[in-house]
Amino acid sequence: MSATAAASREAAGRSAEPGPASRWWRTVVRSLAPVILALVAGGLLLLALGQNPARFYVAVWQGGVESGGWQDSAVLMAPLLLIALGLIIVFRAGIWNLGYDGQYLLGAALVAGFGPGLLERWPAPLAYAVLFGVAGCAGALWTLIPAVLKAWYETNEIITTLMMSFIGIGIANILVKGPFQDHAVNIPQTRTIPFGKLLPNLSGTRVHVGVLLALAAVVVVHYLLTRTSFGLRLSVLGANPRTAGHVGINVRRVIVTSFVWSGFLIGVAAAVDILGLWAYVRANWNPGYGNTVIPFVFLARLNPLAVVPFVAFYAVLSTGGDLAAQQANLPTDFLLVLVALILLFMTVIEFLGRRRDLGRSYLTPGLKEALRRPLFRRRPAR
Amino acid sequence: MNGLLTQSFLTALVAGGIVAAVPLMFTALGESVSERAGVLNIGLEGMMLLGAYLGFLGAYELHSEWLGFVAGVAGGLAGAIVMALLSVGMGLDQIVVGIAITLAGEGITSVLQQAQFKGKFPGLGNPVTVALPGLSRIPVLGHSVFDQPLLVYLGVGLLALVAWVFRATSWGLNLQAAGEKPEALDAAGISVPAVRTYAVLTAGALAGLGGAYLAIVGASTFTPFMTQGQGYIAIVIAMLARGKPLWVGVSSFVFGICLSIGTALQLTSINISGDVINMLPYIAIMAALVLFARGSYLPPALCLPYVRGGK
Repeated sequence: MSATAAASREAAGRSAEPGPASRWWRTVVRSLAPVILALVAGGLLLLALGQNPARFYVAVWQGGVESGGWQDSAVLMAPLLLIALGLIIVFRAGIWNLGYDGQYLLGAALVAGFGPGLLERWPAPLAYAVLFGVAGCAGALWTLIPAVLKAWYETNEIITTLMMSFIGIGIANILVKGPFQDHAVNIPQTRTIPFGKLLPNLSGTRVHVGVLLALAAVVVVHYLLTRTSFGLRLSVLGANPRTAGHVGINVRRVIVTSFVWSGFLIGVAAAVDILGLWAYVRANWNPGYGNTVIPFVFLARLNPLAVVPFVAFYAVLSTGGDLAAQQANLPTDFLLVLVALILLFMTVIEFLGRRRDLGRSYLTPGLKEALRRPLFRRRPAR
Repeated sequence: MNGLLTQSFLTALVAGGIVAAVPLMFTALGESVSERAGVLNIGLEGMMLLGAYLGFLGAYELHSEWLGFVAGVAGGLAGAIVMALLSVGMGLDQIVVGIAITLAGEGITSVLQQAQFKGKFPGLGNPVTVALPGLSRIPVLGHSVFDQPLLVYLGVGLLALVAWVFRATSWGLNLQAAGEKPEALDAAGISVPAVRTYAVLTAGALAGLGGAYLAIVGASTFTPFMTQGQGYIAIVIAMLARGKPLWVGVSSFVFGICLSIGTALQLTSINISGDVINMLPYIAIMAALVLFARGSYLPPALCLPYVRGGK
């Protein structure tokens, strides 16, 4: 098939490849070029909207880094990193989990609903542990139906996770407007966790310990994926599901496990975010982290360590961008356009890379061929 | 007791179901064409939004719903051109490009709406409807079914037209070959990228038209993110309909009913939260996926870029 042709072409390219210095240079080009091109194109778009792009980007820098802005950016990194890790785990196995919004919001609603009560009655560390567990399990549970359908019936997970995401968002709203609603406030929202009961801050900053937890999770997941048999099983499944079956990997179990860990990490991201930053959940609230993290996960080539600088970049862009957009009288949805541009330029660079051999593809072969595998169970092979 | 079977409830349910079904029908019909040719169009949501925004803008500024529909088609086509260039022309990953188009559509339409109307959401007048003589006088349902904007009748005609193209023309055969066995199409001397490009552009135009209908007739205004996942529902409808346009019409109507049941229930004494009702279409899809998983069919070359001589 054409994929194998591409693979052999890539292999041929590798054998003719020069030294490590130029390989390193190519990696840098492939990782940074889409971001830079997107910023340039976004600048042109700002010009078209009658804004001064230079002033906009300076305002992004001022808001996202200078005068304490870096602290807000760091706080934003915590949920983004955990979601990125959750995505990396399934993507490495060649599986698409696009249900992150539902998984995140379910976890968030549960933490905000049970948080105030638990933190009043129980010692803080115990309550935190329980809340992290509840949110993680809720996220994991929400991947279970797509996981089982995928593992046993080969139902395409792109569609099932998306549908479960919409259902999860609905249930989170029902929870916030129903059992968890704080009737002391007119707007439908949960009770607020008292400021003193939130995750403690690092001394002298607004950065809470959840950020450290997320960074620790990066190291742990990187170890799991690169140094353990679990990580190897994921990679083999992602590279070629048929091979995975032949070498004795229990494909069904790996699919379900990777889905469950992915959902768990996304749920934990919600717990960190609510306990560290937001303290409550409003009805119909959706920060939409997942959509914006996806391109950076691909740019980092599904490498947990490499995703950190990209997420840091986006956190600065998002924190500063919110302020800059307000100053420029633009809606913050402008950032979505920037993210979309990064994705588009990523695919274009990938195209040029295939032509000029700029190194490995952003996506694993399994992800690329996710749709060759049937949406539903394939008819008996002829 | 104001029960379920009152005339007002049934009328509202069917009328609302049709209004909600038409955007799904157009979009899912487009997706059927593009899937048949081997391109999965995850960017439908973005194309619908582009169509909805430009369609609304056209109808609002030019005071003509037909110019609005034309503008909507242009909006959907704009998204489809990007998709065709990147996914068909350059053979890039259809899923990543699709996600990017959806994000861009959401962001651009929201930014432009804000830039243009500064937080206001101006509305349009009621759409012009055409009552079919005779049929619209049928008691209970006649008025709600047979008194529709002209575009709805055209849409039903379009379903039949596409069904005919699929079944009885060489275009239909070319489309099918592009999805089933592109090598064979290429060997027969017909360009696979060209066939797929036409299919993607058709899908984009129809998604834009669906979005425009949603904004002009369904909501009479444009609000950012107004499609709320309908592009994805359309993809599922196309898959469940197994590429058969008439089934696209039927399943669109079923999902349209799911989308509109909340409004109709307000006329009865039954009190169910809007959030529960908003989840209905997605729950219906999950149920359909679980129940009918084995009966569906997708072209084998779906999502595979065609490389001449690639093996």
